[in-house]
Amino acid sequence: MLNIGAIKEGFVLDHIKAGKAMTIYHDLRLDKLDCTVAIIKNAQSSKMGRKDIIKVECSIDYLDLDVLGFIDHNITVNVIKDEEIIEKRALKLPSQVVDVIKCHNPRCITSIEQGLHHIFVLTDEKTETYRCKYCEEAARKRD
Amino acid sequence: MALKHLMSPLDLSVEELETMMDLADDIRSHPEKYAHVCDGKRLATLFYEPSTRTRLSFEAAMMNLGGTVLGFSSADNSSAAKGESVADTIRVVSCYADIAAIRHPKEGAPLVASMKSLIPVINAGDGGHQHPTQTLTDLLTIRNLKGHFEGLTIGLCGDLKFGRTVHSLITALSRYHNIQFCLISPPELRVPSYVIEELKEKGIPYAEVVRLDEDTMKGLDILYMTRVQKERFFNEEDYIRMKDFYVLDREKLEQAPKDMYIMHPLPRVNEISVEVDDDPRAQYFFQAQCGVYIRSALIMTLLGLAKEN
Ligand SMILES: [Zn+2]
Repeated sequence: MLNIGAIKEGFVLDHIKAGKAMTIYHDLRLDKLDCTVAIIKNAQSSKMGRKDIIKVECSIDYLDLDVLGFIDHNITVNVIKDEEIIEKRALKLPSQVVDVIKCHNPRCITSIEQGLHHIFVLTDEKTETYRCKYCEEAARKRD
Repeated sequence: MALKHLMSPLDLSVEELETMMDLADDIRSHPEKYAHVCDGKRLATLFYEPSTRTRLSFEAAMMNLGGTVLGFSSADNSSAAKGESVADTIRVVSCYADIAAIRHPKEGAPLVASMKSLIPVINAGDGGHQHPTQTLTDLLTIRNLKGHFEGLTIGLCGDLKFGRTVHSLITALSRYHNIQFCLISPPELRVPSYVIEELKEKGIPYAEVVRLDEDTMKGLDILYMTRVQKERFFNEEDYIRMKDFYVLDREKLEQAPKDMYIMHPLPRVNEISVEVDDDPRAQYFFQAQCGVYIRSALIMTLLGLAKEN
């Protein structure tokens, strides 16, 4: 596999669905940070055929990865310290997600009011249902 | 009470609700005791869509407590017409009033206001989403008529599909013991499946029937009638077919139990014939009166003026 060099401290996000790395790059607000980020597209995967990988060099307390649990919990999070994997972090469903998806209900206040955050709240863990904080419409999962 | 705003009827626990209804009852029996509790206080009624009944009920509720009211009654003569956001409007209104009641056609607008507000906000109806003071009104009315909620069989009749008051009332009543529902509607206007799921999950007995006849009314403690709303239908033909599906007239009422009270959120169209109004079982005007008492109690509670007795 193409090697972008080892990371001293940071994260390797593996098993991202092929083609989704850039979306996740934005969801994690990596564009707002000045740390080194490597995005690998269409890597070979025995499990998935093709997959994307993101490597982030940053302090491991720095990045909030909760949103990944909402986006796709098949993503594997490897936590790297001193160039070694010290943890394979399991993704759990975040209690809420902010500005990742938009409410599609045309009767929702978010459709007309400026400056509102799009907030979705986990209302049912079993069915992984998220609802708009304002109108309670169920979220449509993004593909 | 920790309650700051009222967005949904479920913002209140069963105990908090009991306390508020006790206060409403006391206001009803001793109005003079409460005639000045809100002296110098102002209620802002911010109605982005017209709803004269609800607005007047809020205004009467505040005036009965000695308070005053200000506000607007539709979006076109307000700042909203000039494009001001709900968030900005409430911040400005926070400087003029002590409490606000907001009605808005968009779902969640009162919540947005409550997040930015310095004063308590009451949801006075947000599109098809919530209308908590209607639910509180219904509960107070039932408690006054029957004395309690336990073991009651509640019949709900008419448009059960789009009628949000019905859905909220079912959810609110589901918190009491041994409650049963009889859901009476044309097949096209049955309650949505999520309401049925909720009832099944809580193990609450219910029946779905189409006809409003002697058999259906037998055993009902309350018959809650609703109006079929024209704006819910895509074509005139369907509306016309549905609107006269149920008509409660004197003849029909003769088949009903002697202690079955009739409620309706008003305004009515054809579903309750005027000749029924004089029947002692017809309680929809009393219900409108209860709406004022519970809103007074709510205003006092949110302003921190309800003493714990
Ligand atoms: Zn929404």
